[in-house]
Amino acid sequence: MTYKRKLITAALLLTLLIILVFPALTAGQYDIEAGKVFGLIWGKISGGETAGISRAQEVIVWRIRLPRLILALTAGLSLAVSGAAYQGCFRNPLVEPYILGVSAGAACGAALAIVYPHIFPQGQLTAFLFALAAVTITYGLARSRGETSSVALVLSGIIVGALFGAVVGIMKYLAADAQLREITFWMMGGLYYATWDDARLTVLCVAPAFIFLWWYGWHLNVLSLGDEEARSLGLNPAFCRFMIIIAATFAAAVCVSTCGVIAWVGLMMPHAARMIFGPDNRWVVPVSALLGGIFLLICDTIARTLAPAEIPLGIVASIVGAPYLLWLLRSKGRDIYGR
Amino acid sequence: MAGKTLMSVHELSFAYGRRTILHEISLNLRGGRLRGLLGPNGSGKTTLFKCCLGFLKVARGQIELEGRSIAEYSPRELAARVAYVPQEHRPAFPYTVREMVEMGRTPHRGAIPALSKADHRAVDQALARLNLTALANENYNHLSGGQRQLVLVARALAQEAALLFLDEPTSSLDFSNQLIVWEAVQSIAREGLGAIICCHDPNHILWFCDEAAAIKDGRILAEGPAREIITRGLLEELYDRPIQTADLNGRSFIYPLTSPREANDA
Repeated sequence: MTYKRKLITAALLLTLLIILVFPALTAGQYDIEAGKVFGLIWGKISGGETAGISRAQEVIVWRIRLPRLILALTAGLSLAVSGAAYQGCFRNPLVEPYILGVSAGAACGAALAIVYPHIFPQGQLTAFLFALAAVTITYGLARSRGETSSVALVLSGIIVGALFGAVVGIMKYLAADAQLREITFWMMGGLYYATWDDARLTVLCVAPAFIFLWWYGWHLNVLSLGDEEARSLGLNPAFCRFMIIIAATFAAAVCVSTCGVIAWVGLMMPHAARMIFGPDNRWVVPVSALLGGIFLLICDTIARTLAPAEIPLGIVASIVGAPYLLWLLRSKGRDIYGR
Repeated sequence: MAGKTLMSVHELSFAYGRRTILHEISLNLRGGRLRGLLGPNGSGKTTLFKCCLGFLKVARGQIELEGRSIAEYSPRELAARVAYVPQEHRPAFPYTVREMVEMGRTPHRGAIPALSKADHRAVDQALARLNLTALANENYNHLSGGQRQLVLVARALAQEAALLFLDEPTSSLDFSNQLIVWEAVQSIAREGLGAIICCHDPNHILWFCDEAAAIKDGRILAEGPAREIITRGLLEELYDRPIQTADLNGRSFIYPLTSPREANDA
């Protein structure tokens, strides 16, 4: 694919993303006309009057749907981009953002906060701190004699995941019925409670990580050849990998602690980006971000509108995602990996 | 024509824990010279390469590049002067040939993610030099082993380093591809680059290299012009088995003294 065609395709994807914003804001249990929605948003931004719009409509669009839309886009972006970053870092196209125990740590933190709210009053913050703690432990376990190999990292990620998963198990066992329900819903992922505070916080945290990872796209390409080659081409592989893991983990942890565990996005979107644009991470990173945003926006709109009661986002993403990955494996597996 | 000394290794010793791998190795690598490194498996060739390329920290002895210890170079500075050509392999992602060669520009890139005109020119030249221009947009993973090896050599050229380290570039190739890679490396060295190449076939070193060094159990057994040092005595000492040499049409050959069949006949 030539540079020009890549640019055009990326522009088309961006257009698609913008088009998808319309149904996301207008559709729902309470249908609101597009004109009113955008009149309201324009009024809010410009500080003018929002005539002819009821209080209920204002709450639904401005307080519920808009932050939720922003959160869906940010979560899709950050999970997809951190997936792309991890895959390059670990030279393994099957790695996902949760590989180092982010999701297990966050789930553990969330479960603790749900079962013991008086000890951990801040659910989201607890989930975030536990997610970071899990990755730190993973990194610490993998480090031996001043070196951190990819295999050691992946293995210790599995160990730490199992450990934190066990704690979640204990919490589920100890939890009262209502708490158990809450833990289960949290682990299925969703954007039910999205507020402007959540949206603002995630955007502020994810934006710098995204820019950094995009900037490091070339480093990711070189790192994906292996440590020795990366070193002989002039990079410090351990340092690069450390920086990339920090940025990717941070972005993923912020999203998991806000939205719960949403699988597939981080695995699938970089694959799709590679299929369209080739493996160059200077393209894979931004295109994964676009595709991740598009995918979660579609999934969340389906989750909100398909059934009278909301379906957890994680379930929708899995139902949409699994057939896609299967198709990818059967039809393109040989092509893209050249085996 | 021998150029100036690019890298000089002086009394280098290296140990993994208590196990000493290299004992006081001294070696000079010069521009315009192709040097073969011969040694049995486990003799320390790879460790020597890793020390020279800065993958391993040198505890005892000195490795100097252009008069300065390589420990003082940053990875980027080192990569602009010394290139590593690994044995061909398939990366996890399906890069094109051009993308693989472009990665050789890493030590010369500025801060912007895009490549400069000078970068593109160097990549074009490197591809053309190894007759890979027609394959530039092919999937690197789909090429034959020999072609992949040539791409890695092209990447080292795009890197514009003065000294090339080639790690067994011909070990996994068929007869014809081995010769193609050797001829490419030989002609590159003729143009003034220095190259050191690890190889398990003493015949190849005899035919293609200007200089050779033989290493066993972490010590240099012999070093000098390839035709002078690769002798029956050296090879027998190196490999602990009877070996014969012969001359045919002005070329030297090395062959085992007893093949399994001859041993059966006897």
